[in-house]
Amino acid sequence: MALLEIKDLTLRFGGLCAVNALSLEIEDGSIRSLIGPNGAGKTCVFNCLTGFYKPSDGEMLFQGQSLVNKKPHYITFLGMARTFQNLRLFKEMTVLENVMSGMHCRTNAAFFTTVLRTKSQKAEEKHIREVSEECLDFVGILDKKNHMARNLPYGDQRRVEWARALATQPKLLLLDEPAAGLNKDEKSKLIELMHRIRDDRKITIFLIEHDMGLVMKVSEKIFVIDYGVKIAEGTAKEVRDNPKVVEAYLGKEEEEESA
Amino acid sequence: MAENKKKPKLTTPLESIIESLFRFFDNKVYRYTALFAASGFLLILPSLSSRFTQEIMTNLFFYVVVCLGLNIIIGYAGLLHLGYAAFFAVGAYTTGIMSSRFGIDFWLTLPFSVVAAVLAGLAIGFPTLRLRGDYLAIVTLGFGEITRLTIRNLDITGGAVGLIGIQRPVFFGITLNQISHFYYMFFILAILAIFVSYRLHDSRMGRAWEYIREDEDAAAAMGINVTTSRLYAFIIGSSFGAVAGSFFAAKMTAISPDSFMFIHSVMFLMAVVLGGMGKIPGVVLGCIIVVLIPEISRDIGQYRLLIFAFMLLIIMLYRPQGIWPDRPTISAKE
Ligand SMILES: Nc1ncnc2c1ncn2[C@@H]1O[C@H](COP(=O)(O)OP(=O)(O)O)[C@@H](O)[C@H]1O
Ligand SMILES: [Mg+2]
Repeated sequence: MALLEIKDLTLRFGGLCAVNALSLEIEDGSIRSLIGPNGAGKTCVFNCLTGFYKPSDGEMLFQGQSLVNKKPHYITFLGMARTFQNLRLFKEMTVLENVMSGMHCRTNAAFFTTVLRTKSQKAEEKHIREVSEECLDFVGILDKKNHMARNLPYGDQRRVEWARALATQPKLLLLDEPAAGLNKDEKSKLIELMHRIRDDRKITIFLIEHDMGLVMKVSEKIFVIDYGVKIAEGTAKEVRDNPKVVEAYLGKEEEEESA
Repeated sequence: MAENKKKPKLTTPLESIIESLFRFFDNKVYRYTALFAASGFLLILPSLSSRFTQEIMTNLFFYVVVCLGLNIIIGYAGLLHLGYAAFFAVGAYTTGIMSSRFGIDFWLTLPFSVVAAVLAGLAIGFPTLRLRGDYLAIVTLGFGEITRLTIRNLDITGGAVGLIGIQRPVFFGITLNQISHFYYMFFILAILAIFVSYRLHDSRMGRAWEYIREDEDAAAAMGINVTTSRLYAFIIGSSFGAVAGSFFAAKMTAISPDSFMFIHSVMFLMAVVLGGMGKIPGVVLGCIIVVLIPEISRDIGQYRLLIFAFMLLIIMLYRPQGIWPDRPTISAKE
């Protein structure tokens, strides 16, 4: 059984059909990419999966369980974590505190244990800290844990987001354009990181990406959408040679040039 | 380092004083010495001062409890609450009715007072907390007035006249009937409120509120149940108010709807916002300002609302974080 199964997913905003009868499967332990021209509906797919948008139609099954009408926090609890296309860090908090947010759904201290600071509460706080530090170490910015998130350079802020997503201990990680704004060096580190996430942590990765070079290097299978419709899927080579894909991208570019 | 460069320049003399205090009190020995000295002073104060002073200080401690409760809702969870006096009324009237009508011992009424506040908090929090902030402000404002009008028109609450004959609490064989007794009672409550506020702030729960305040969607994406977290803040904060209300009723032995008007909600809010939302020393500072300024002289007392309104305006324009500065270092809470 696939880890994630999307069947006929449709999302409409009034007259605009942002996602149109999209079906795809993500196998456990794979790295899959979703590509498409700007405004094709990629982020919308992620927003539906994570409960931020309510699909107009269709089904989404995560480990066989439907995600339709589930709240974002619950979907994260089920084991699906995401990053945002535009960074959404807790800017006025430290890097460590940012990452600790991911542990929230895996812990449960409430009012009385907190006020009494019981043994279990203290142990839990320590555990939260340790797991978060380990995640920071994994992405390579443990030394910046006490910095205010907003003071980090952009590349490091991206890493905080990955660490934060990893801290939720997901089975599936959704990355929305993780390489956007990164330099060449950072991109190659990202590729290596994604492989480590999948191989060492056994986390399946589903990413949206603009950088075709990166997509081709990292993912075994690619889905291409345009105007919310899936127009192709397959290996990097198959997709690249697909005339529909070429047209979607080239057509867009021409439009943009003439506009 | 980069952090130091980005740090905004200190502007007011008060701020630089407080910053040096911060650095001074980073030392644990100094911190605890100062705390002990201050507590010691406050403990012997009643034997040194007049009834009048004790009355004002009791009022100050009372304000600290109430405003720290409100601070959990406004400062920690970022929810604008305009009807906080209603929760204070719920506590006061629960104790008042049980004590004066049924002769139930004060201490037994306390848990009921908290339960009543929790139920009231759930009743208005549950439908509104999933909405955006402005709605909550309006609903709480309405709730405050509805509560007061209900109290005014029911028989069991004594209508406009209110309740009389609320019994004095007995504490280890001592009937609390002097101002110094209540001074110590509210002193203990204030210390408890500060303690609980600190513990909540530096915890999983406190962090969840902070995440939600910073970015609601990101917090949800990290697995935080935004509605439940807010509801917790609402209920805990309301309980603070209710407990303070119960003790208030016991101290006054008589309560009437006039003690729970919108203006009281405004004064509580003022203390929290002036001092600095979300910052415990800030809230205490705000309480000191709001309670003590009107006592400086009769003339000032008369114009207190004007003075507060003016201060609030200045604060909103130039220091939205409140008088108390944010912690100047980047250090994590260790
Ligand atoms: N909340 C929204 N309301 C209305 N239209 C939206 C909303 N979110 C996205 N869209 C539209 O849906 C389309 C797909 O957007 P998006 O998924 O962000 O594209 P991309 O593939 O670049 O990530 C765009 O035309 C966008 O304007
Ligand atoms: Mg996008």
